[in-house]
Amino acid sequence: MAIEDSHVRRAAHLARLAISDDQASGFVDDLSRIIDMVDQLQSIDTTGISPLSHPLDATQRLRADEVTETNQRDTFQRCAPAVENGLYLVPRVVE
Amino acid sequence: MHEKTLTQLAAALKSGEFSSRELTAHFLQRIDKADGKLNSFISVTAEQALRQAEVADNARAAGKTGPLAGIPLALKDIFCTQGLKTSCGSKMLDNFIAPYNATVVEKLNAAGTISLGKTNMDEFAMGSSNESSYYGPVKNPWDLTAVPGGSSGGSAAAVAAGLVPAAMGTDTGGSIRQPAAFCGITGLKPTYGRVSRFGIIAYASSLDQAGPLARSAEDCAHLLGVIAGHDGRDSTSVARGVPDYVEGLNAPLSGLKIGLPKEYFGDGLDPEVEKAVREAVKVYESLGATVREVSLPHTHYAIPAYYVIAPAEASSNLSRYDGVRFGHRCDNPSDLIDLYKRSREEGFGEEVKRRILIGTHTLSEGFFDAYYTKAQQVRRLIRQDFLDAFEDVDVLMGPASPTPAFDLGAKKDPVSMYLQDIYTIAVNLAGIPGISVPAGFVGGRPVGLQILGTHFAEAQLLNVAHQFQQATDWHLQRPAFAEEYA
Repeated sequence: MAIEDSHVRRAAHLARLAISDDQASGFVDDLSRIIDMVDQLQSIDTTGISPLSHPLDATQRLRADEVTETNQRDTFQRCAPAVENGLYLVPRVVE
Repeated sequence: MHEKTLTQLAAALKSGEFSSRELTAHFLQRIDKADGKLNSFISVTAEQALRQAEVADNARAAGKTGPLAGIPLALKDIFCTQGLKTSCGSKMLDNFIAPYNATVVEKLNAAGTISLGKTNMDEFAMGSSNESSYYGPVKNPWDLTAVPGGSSGGSAAAVAAGLVPAAMGTDTGGSIRQPAAFCGITGLKPTYGRVSRFGIIAYASSLDQAGPLARSAEDCAHLLGVIAGHDGRDSTSVARGVPDYVEGLNAPLSGLKIGLPKEYFGDGLDPEVEKAVREAVKVYESLGATVREVSLPHTHYAIPAYYVIAPAEASSNLSRYDGVRFGHRCDNPSDLIDLYKRSREEGFGEEVKRRILIGTHTLSEGFFDAYYTKAQQVRRLIRQDFLDAFEDVDVLMGPASPTPAFDLGAKKDPVSMYLQDIYTIAVNLAGIPGISVPAGFVGGRPVGLQILGTHFAEAQLLNVAHQFQQATDWHLQRPAFAEEYA
């Protein structure tokens, strides 16, 4: 399935990644080559094969719903770009 | 001191031949002298290392030490280290001071080992040459015009140059085994779930696994024993006892059944590399092993399947870098979307963006089933190939990489770089363990023999690798760089 400019721009928007026009055309070329290589998968018959998401076929382990972590907000906010009164600062979202 | 294996270093520390402080200072001095040329470290934590060494020496004086106490190591800069920069080779995390330690780091600390610093790597572990690092490429100590391999290239180069006795890396598609092969050292990727991923910056969570890069299989056995084991903080970590990996190293190999996958000896394999690998297999025959050809029929679909699954997982894992909670943030964002988009545009390098875009595309509406579901189905077929082969043979052997280390700047097209991982990538899809051991040279650059086993067969792989190293001296060869510059 060929990659077009619109695919790259859609993926970039979904991934919240700014790209210039120049970069977009470079990515169209790169992604086209990668998708061409990936398209070899289409030649295998996988009818009846269930998808493998975990190499040991493990399922999600569950535990009792108990509090195990203490509040470490101050520690974790030390590496944040901008905080105030324990809140993360971002540009105004709601007027 | 830098010529000794971990076993020899442990014995020397125990007998008082030198202290951990002296040993640590020796390696720090070597890094100081040589790493300007190699670029194998992103940060060197000299003060902390010397403090840890003093603690280890004091504990030894008080009679309270384990076997590896006081031995200096290095960590790929993908392991979170509390209070220290953890960059993952990216501008995005250039300002990131990790607030906690990875489980691997905690376990190494508990064993009393010393960390000399954080090693260079491909950005977010995405690469096979270490050229995608924000901190510049690492050079191969065997030939400064060659790449060291990737993504754990800094760890491999530092060990090969004798700047550290051993180092920790991670392997998502070959990132321990291929740089170990390119740098002439031994590197082990354990079974998926054997080592906790907690605190290891995620690339592709169903494939990522940490392991040691060292001078010998015996050294890898010591280190795996320290870092392996169940961890409640990683839901994919396996609750299974950790065997004594050193104990079985000397078991004889008579009767060992070796399979050579015919797909690993086909087109694209450098004939000189093939020759070295076949010579290595002959050594095994002389040790009493039997050899037969086997087939892994879906081998050529491993790279296509990987380049759907790994980027898909990466696009999800890397969505956390939003310029809000940690990491790079752009200046003067006009609104929240602009903050996200420009922070990510500025913080990520080319290869990372490529994989985020591929992953986002293949997961998006209209493409998901054709790519993601299909790749996961093929993944099951690839794993089945290995399980079928292990019905007939004990281990598989082949080259770790189709060529020796290539020149810096030689692979400009991303797909040609991806194809380098043809012999390593299926192993991660199947979740089985693999080890690369030095097996000769082509044009002065090392060749790696890759040995694969079934799930949780690490003890057997280490035994098989160790016996080869008792019969050959490829792992004892050192690059001239190690004496000229360090």
